[in-house]
Amino acid sequence: MWAGLGSARSGGLLALGAVITLLPLALANDYFYDVAILVGLNAIVCIGLNLLIGYAGQISLGHAGFFGLGAYGSAILTARYGWPPLAALAAATVAVALLAYLVGRPILRLRGHYLAMATLGLGVIISIVISNEDRYTGGPDGMRVPPLSLFGHALSGERAWYWVVGALLVLAVWLALNLVESPGGRALRALHGSETAAEVVGIDSVRQKLMVFVLSAVFAAFAGGLTAHYSGFITPGRATFLHSIELVTMVVFGGMASTFGAVIGAAVLTTLPQLLAVLKDYEMVVFGAVMMLTMVFMPKGLVPTLAARFAPRERT
Amino acid sequence: MSLLRVEGLSKEFGGVHAVQALEFEIPRRGVFSIIGPNGAGKTTLLNLLTGVYRPSAGRVWFDGRELTGRAPHQYAAAGIGRTFQNLQTFFNMSALENVMVGRYLHERCSLGAALLRFPSLARAERACRAEGLELLDFVGLGSYARAAADSMPYGALKRLEIARALAARPKLLLLDEPAAGLNPTETQEIDRLIQRIDAREITVVLVEHNMRLVMGVSDRVLVLDYGRKLAEGSAQTVRRDPKVIEAYLGVEARDA
Repeated sequence: MWAGLGSARSGGLLALGAVITLLPLALANDYFYDVAILVGLNAIVCIGLNLLIGYAGQISLGHAGFFGLGAYGSAILTARYGWPPLAALAAATVAVALLAYLVGRPILRLRGHYLAMATLGLGVIISIVISNEDRYTGGPDGMRVPPLSLFGHALSGERAWYWVVGALLVLAVWLALNLVESPGGRALRALHGSETAAEVVGIDSVRQKLMVFVLSAVFAAFAGGLTAHYSGFITPGRATFLHSIELVTMVVFGGMASTFGAVIGAAVLTTLPQLLAVLKDYEMVVFGAVMMLTMVFMPKGLVPTLAARFAPRERT
Repeated sequence: MSLLRVEGLSKEFGGVHAVQALEFEIPRRGVFSIIGPNGAGKTTLLNLLTGVYRPSAGRVWFDGRELTGRAPHQYAAAGIGRTFQNLQTFFNMSALENVMVGRYLHERCSLGAALLRFPSLARAERACRAEGLELLDFVGLGSYARAAADSMPYGALKRLEIARALAARPKLLLLDEPAAGLNPTETQEIDRLIQRIDAREITVVLVEHNMRLVMGVSDRVLVLDYGRKLAEGSAQTVRRDPKVIEAYLGVEARDA
């Protein structure tokens, strides 16, 4: 497998680029563009989350909190303090990185269920703060967010956003693929395989976990900020536990330890609820069912399962 | 000066003294074996010598520096490598990748360099891969390079762990029962492998139950019983020590 990695990597990136370039031919109107943009933004979050869950084997049930902080941080700095959107987006992302670092230090010493509960708690706290601080956040009603502007030109319209998000998605995939194939990326997978063995070859497990936790929070916060500026409106719903579960479901369904799996998981599970609009309030039932069926029938997720079926791993 | 020295090393688990007031030195060259009946504290001792456990009392000195109380990755950075009695293979990776993880201490780079895949990193990765392949050959697993670790047989995984530990270029390599569960042919391969590691000027600490292997390959033997040192010396001396024969091999063995 390793010999083909280089080509599989650039092949996958090319395929993703081709899909993004050709997809507009199939996007009949702005509504379809809108769905495609949301897919791209969710995919960026999932790529980061997959580095944490899929590769390093550490769970987070609070990533919607980071997404929400990125979104509200950028929204508040632009709407209430008149910051330029790009500066606000950058500042919110850096602030979330700092928060993830400070919170991650103590909680990443925890394992399994304990880590799940700690990240869950973190997510809940963030979501409650966002709902209650209505002076800044507008409370449960949400708040309006100024559009993103690049060098004085407002980025508006689904079509313009589509290309920006598409380019950022390719960038996110490229960064993640690079990391996974670096010594640090192998260290993350090693932690997943055997933490003790990883430590005795010299891997500082706490430091590596903290690094990937902060990185995944940065992906989430950045995509959150972009989502806020794109939508022009943000509500606390995007920072809740339910949204965290949606994100984890996308990663698990698409495939643990597969960057393209994270993209496909985000694509399927962002599109599916749109197709099943008749279900309305039962949307989350779809996520629950997908999660259960994935665990039972393809615990490794969609992309790794298909990859194993069509290209069986070499056995000597 | 010795490579490793322990002073008054003890480890207690809720009142049970797994290792008690141990004092010994491991010379810079040669194969140093640790033997003893089941439960004598051999694996506990290895865990103390790699930072996996913190000692309840006592000190560990390695290569002129005190390592007591440090984290396992710091023991590794100081030059101590090990394998595990119960396999600790990275089953989510290929054989080659397992060995490449072992190179971590020498290959790690900044997060930025990794994310942007600097050309220097790509070159280092090629060198790392080449060295991984070479080490797989060295332990006799050249044909397994591309195999997924979870598809490899038990005997091969034992040697894969040795290759992974060697990849870190340790000064001291601790092998925890490398021949356990292996057939006589595979055990002979391990025997030869230990000799070739010794020839690379890496000090080997061998914890093993297979007496033929231990007596054949060791320069010095430390015998543990109930967490205490029972005897220490050359294989010949230890083999004839009545205390050792009684405690370890059983009373009847004296007459055999």
